[in-house]
Amino acid sequence: MAASGGAPRLSVVDEHESEASAGKDDMEIGRVTPILFTLAFRNLFQDRVRLIVTLVGIVFSVVLFTVELGLFFGFQRTVTIMIDHASADLWIAPAETKSFEATALLDGRERFRALAVPGVAEVTPVLIGFTYWRKPDGKSSTPVFLIGSQLGDGGLQPWNLIEGSVSDLTRPQAVAIDRSYFDRLGVSELGDSAEIGDQKARVAAVTKGIRSFTTTPYVFTSLDRARSYINAPPSSATYFTVRVAPGANVEDVRRQLANALPNLEIITSDQFRQRSRSYWLFGTGAGAALFGSAILGIIVGTVIVAQTLYSSTKDHLSEFATLRAMGSSRPFLYKVIVWQALMTAVIGFAIAASIGLIVARVSTDTALPIILPPVLIAGLFALTVGMSIASAFSAMLVVTRVDPVTVLAR
Amino acid sequence: MSEPLIEGKDIVKYLGTGPGQVQALRSVTLSVSGGELVLLMGPSGSGKTTLLSVLGCMLTPNSGTVRIRGQSTQGLRPEQLTDLRRQHIGFIFQTYHLFPTLTAVENVRLALEMGGERPWNAQARAVTALETVSLGHKINSFPRQLSSGEQQRVAIARAIVGKPAAILADEPTAALDSANGHAIMSVLANVAKDSAHAVLVVTHDPRVIPFADRILHMEDGRLVEKEQSATILRLHERS
Repeated sequence: MAASGGAPRLSVVDEHESEASAGKDDMEIGRVTPILFTLAFRNLFQDRVRLIVTLVGIVFSVVLFTVELGLFFGFQRTVTIMIDHASADLWIAPAETKSFEATALLDGRERFRALAVPGVAEVTPVLIGFTYWRKPDGKSSTPVFLIGSQLGDGGLQPWNLIEGSVSDLTRPQAVAIDRSYFDRLGVSELGDSAEIGDQKARVAAVTKGIRSFTTTPYVFTSLDRARSYINAPPSSATYFTVRVAPGANVEDVRRQLANALPNLEIITSDQFRQRSRSYWLFGTGAGAALFGSAILGIIVGTVIVAQTLYSSTKDHLSEFATLRAMGSSRPFLYKVIVWQALMTAVIGFAIAASIGLIVARVSTDTALPIILPPVLIAGLFALTVGMSIASAFSAMLVVTRVDPVTVLAR
Repeated sequence: MSEPLIEGKDIVKYLGTGPGQVQALRSVTLSVSGGELVLLMGPSGSGKTTLLSVLGCMLTPNSGTVRIRGQSTQGLRPEQLTDLRRQHIGFIFQTYHLFPTLTAVENVRLALEMGGERPWNAQARAVTALETVSLGHKINSFPRQLSSGEQQRVAIARAIVGKPAAILADEPTAALDSANGHAIMSVLANVAKDSAHAVLVVTHDPRVIPFADRILHMEDGRLVEKEQSATILRLHERS
């Protein structure tokens, strides 16, 4: 070995003793984070402006997606709210009924033919229809959606009553409306009067949270009064709700009813829900718009995250080249990028989910509430992670091509 | 001195393609044994860095063979060469190439953990390596908090922590003042005292000559002269 020149002591140690001990203390208590995680974390947080831009992108994307899907779920529920609350195993409906809001009428004789079918316990007429509500001041009117049903068991009664009761609807001119529509209908309290179809209507019961996605207020009343309000024939109905006898098979009864009433639709509540959802979500294009916006959100988020990871990787290219020169495998480099993507996803999702939950809470009492069930939240998290990892591909392509020789050239 | 840890035989390397192609290495043969510190000197463009890249398994020679600890690199796939580099070669670069977001000890740990070492073991070994280069008191400092000489010592600790057979240094003193350059070469000379390590240093810096066991001189892609350290020292002292 050649002269090392009496190798001098390389540095002064004493003045830095405390810093050294601090590092050793860390090690002694065992806080050693894997370097892969540390490197990804520090790379991510090194450029905070870029991180904020990325997070804004993810949050925008995920909130948009969350709200659109939450609206979708809310829409699904709101569309079938009447079917959900009807006391029915089967529905007898006019032919080609597409949704609950259909307004074709049955003439009433079908009820007795249905009652004659074995296994049928109860057949209850329900009448629905659009009409106008003239406000108490007599100057203006607004459309309402009238629901008339036999009061008592079966049929479609108002629920969530906060003032009055179903039996109050047996009184003359009695109707039930939702508290949230008071302003719209020009009333302020129980007992206020207005007009429906030139006939008097008096608020005898008040519900809470029964809102229509069409924004047209629901008005519940007795079957006969509903017929009178919309000038429907005396025995007519829009639907007959059917309760099957205990022990009877719903599908068997449905088949027999279909044979007995060949010109009408006999559908289960589930089928009716599905039909209503399909009509409103896909028949009208509303669902396509919601899905379109949601997909747009994902595309925007993916592009923003991809762009950020790509530029971050380009900025750290010499470091990736150094890693390759030191003998790092490509999977190790990919892991650094994927960890960055995952961290971005988790932080972005946490913010976005919080915003989404707040928006959902605020929307609770609106006509179209945003519903975020736990399965949707879990799905959104998986989607955010998937979106971020997909975004990492462009950055991975960059490091795949990185040449370690470039380190020696600098 | 022990058996050769890194060897190149009749290495030929062309760079570029078409009319712009140049022959960077012309049948170069050399070996560096354990316990030996060899300087590779020569003018710019003589092929020193290309030779370092070939010996470091970053470039594949057009012909000739490279052996690391007796294992030929011929026919190995790129990822196998990468594994070989990680297991047997430590690099020291002119501009250190430390990771600015990692502390000194984290920079050193990186060399171990990318090979699968557990974080706890990597931490202990990295601290030891930093103590070897007299930086035990600055393990938690970031590169920006270290002087140029200290940064290069972190780079040396990173290169030696995996106990590689060969340490290849590319102009390790070029960015340092005289005192720091001397200190860095002292560290490398100490590393080379261990027969488990062969140290090859590419340099233009005549101040490092006293640390060499041998000096190889390159010109136009060829090794043109080989001098033993005693002769070099005499020449150096005379000048």
